[in-house]
Amino acid sequence: MSDIPASTVHPAPPALNTRQRVISQLLRDKAAMAALTVIILLVLTAIFAPLIVMVLGHGPNEQFRDIGLTPGGVPLPPGPNFLLGTDVVGRDLLARLVVGTQITILVAVTCALTAIAIGIAVGMLAGFRGGLIDTMLSGFVDVVLGLPLLITAVALVSVYGASFPIMMGTIIFFTWGPVARVVRNLVVATKEGEFVDAARMLGASDLRIMVREILPNIAGQVIVYGSLLIPQVIVLEASLSFLGLGVPPPTATWGGIIAENQTNYAVAWWTILFPALFLLAATLAFNVLGDGLRDALDPSSERRTK
Amino acid sequence: MLRFILRRTLFGLLTLWLITLAVFVLFYMATPGDPALMFAGEFATADQIAMVRARLGLDQPVHIQYLRYMWALLHFDFGMSFVNQEEVLTTILRRMPATISLALGSVGIWLLVAIPAGIFSARRSGQASDRLITMMALAGMSFPTFVVGTLLFYVFFFLLTNAGFPVFPSGGFVPITRDPGEWLRHMLLPWATLAVVGTGTYTRIARGSMLETLNQDYVRTARAKGLGERRVMYKHALPPAMTPVMTLVGLDLGGLLGGTIITERIWGLNGVGSLAVQAVETGDLPVIMGTVLIAALFVVLANLLVDVLQALRDPRVRLG
Repeated sequence: MSDIPASTVHPAPPALNTRQRVISQLLRDKAAMAALTVIILLVLTAIFAPLIVMVLGHGPNEQFRDIGLTPGGVPLPPGPNFLLGTDVVGRDLLARLVVGTQITILVAVTCALTAIAIGIAVGMLAGFRGGLIDTMLSGFVDVVLGLPLLITAVALVSVYGASFPIMMGTIIFFTWGPVARVVRNLVVATKEGEFVDAARMLGASDLRIMVREILPNIAGQVIVYGSLLIPQVIVLEASLSFLGLGVPPPTATWGGIIAENQTNYAVAWWTILFPALFLLAATLAFNVLGDGLRDALDPSSERRTK
Repeated sequence: MLRFILRRTLFGLLTLWLITLAVFVLFYMATPGDPALMFAGEFATADQIAMVRARLGLDQPVHIQYLRYMWALLHFDFGMSFVNQEEVLTTILRRMPATISLALGSVGIWLLVAIPAGIFSARRSGQASDRLITMMALAGMSFPTFVVGTLLFYVFFFLLTNAGFPVFPSGGFVPITRDPGEWLRHMLLPWATLAVVGTGTYTRIARGSMLETLNQDYVRTARAKGLGERRVMYKHALPPAMTPVMTLVGLDLGGLLGGTIITERIWGLNGVGSLAVQAVETGDLPVIMGTVLIAALFVVLANLLVDVLQALRDPRVRLG
């Protein structure tokens, strides 16, 4: 490559601290900003779900067999009364999707945060202390990763029954291990830094070094990992619901709505298309935002030369 | 090298043993309900249930049960299905062709698309074409498999067949040994279903790995020596850049061979994944445990194989 990136020729811009630099970089990333907008909209939908349902005037589990179905018993397409149409038993699809948004966001955020919290705690301990704890952790993560995720999840949920806590527990069980492994490797790479030696010489305790010195240094990468974990959790939850092993019906979830309507694709395409769009919007938004965050946090990122 | 292989194999065996322990604890001991009752069926008399319990060894203390279970596993004896009294291993082996066809085909497709796309994207990093590929890859990654499957079913089976072009079947599996043409016709949509997510993910990985390699000093040296761009790309940069990709392919293939529940279910493929779901639905505990263990075996074997191959290529791995 013969052309030199313009930024290496110009004098260095005024020094910004890392947070300012990341934020200004992110603000210039149009795709990431669009993704953030979608996420904010979804979160607002989740927060105001009861209100939206009230305005719609149709409960999410209310069956309108008289006005929600054609005389022949076929779901209604999108129209003035039911904005996104109705499903196979005459329920308002939009109301169900709104409530589904609430559940999805709740599950995704709770599971991802829990998995990350466990992963950080265990990963930091293993990376910092090393030795037996490290070996045991690595062994445990290997075992969890060795179990086939969906098959084990399906088997677990079936044995213990489909319920909210079992589903969340299953999701967390399968997601904290990789986080712990990532954190452990980051800590191993970070703990040899001179700033750690300096803190130790000043008499800082292990806990203080872990929380005050090492954690801020790896926080960026953990945030990126976390934002990429959320779409994985959403997909996992939707897949379990799709297989009938997630949140039990009649509670609406995106995956569950697709599963309920899978057999009437021929007469009611909207019952599959709209939940699929909601699902895709959410996973894509989090993936794009995570990607943008990674670019913004990575000093060697190639996009910054533009 | 031999020592490395030995150490890794021992470690793999240890992991496998821990997994069997986990499976035993999770499913055998913690199952609500009496396995003997499930085995004997709902019309069995108390005597028959007691007999079944004795035959299955369920009247023994837990540690004896565990030892018997391990002893059987060491002889590749996964027990008998509660539902049709068939050897679990026989059932699983009969289901393997569909799962193998699905796994190999879809991995093949996603690599054929993702590697060139990733390299192309890395070479034009920051340009419009790179952004387009990146967005498409992220979109692919974001599609849950069951959504892809459902949409493909709707468009390529339902709409196409209704329009008078019955190109694709709605599902089912035809062994390649019986009719290669029909096998292909039945596999194309399942392959595509699974390949969308894989292609997206691997395009990102290939791009990232290639970019990192292109920023290495030795690549700059190769350019400085005046080597042609083609030679720098394909002789110097590509082989090391593909190492992480190949590692992940090994691991993913190991995972897929254990059964792909959603794709198999949507397309009616009688593979190991749909066997697992059926077993779950009928409460067939030996089959559930067998499918989980076989899948774990594939993952551990894939891990081992990938590590050994990497060690063969890179001395730092086996000495480190």
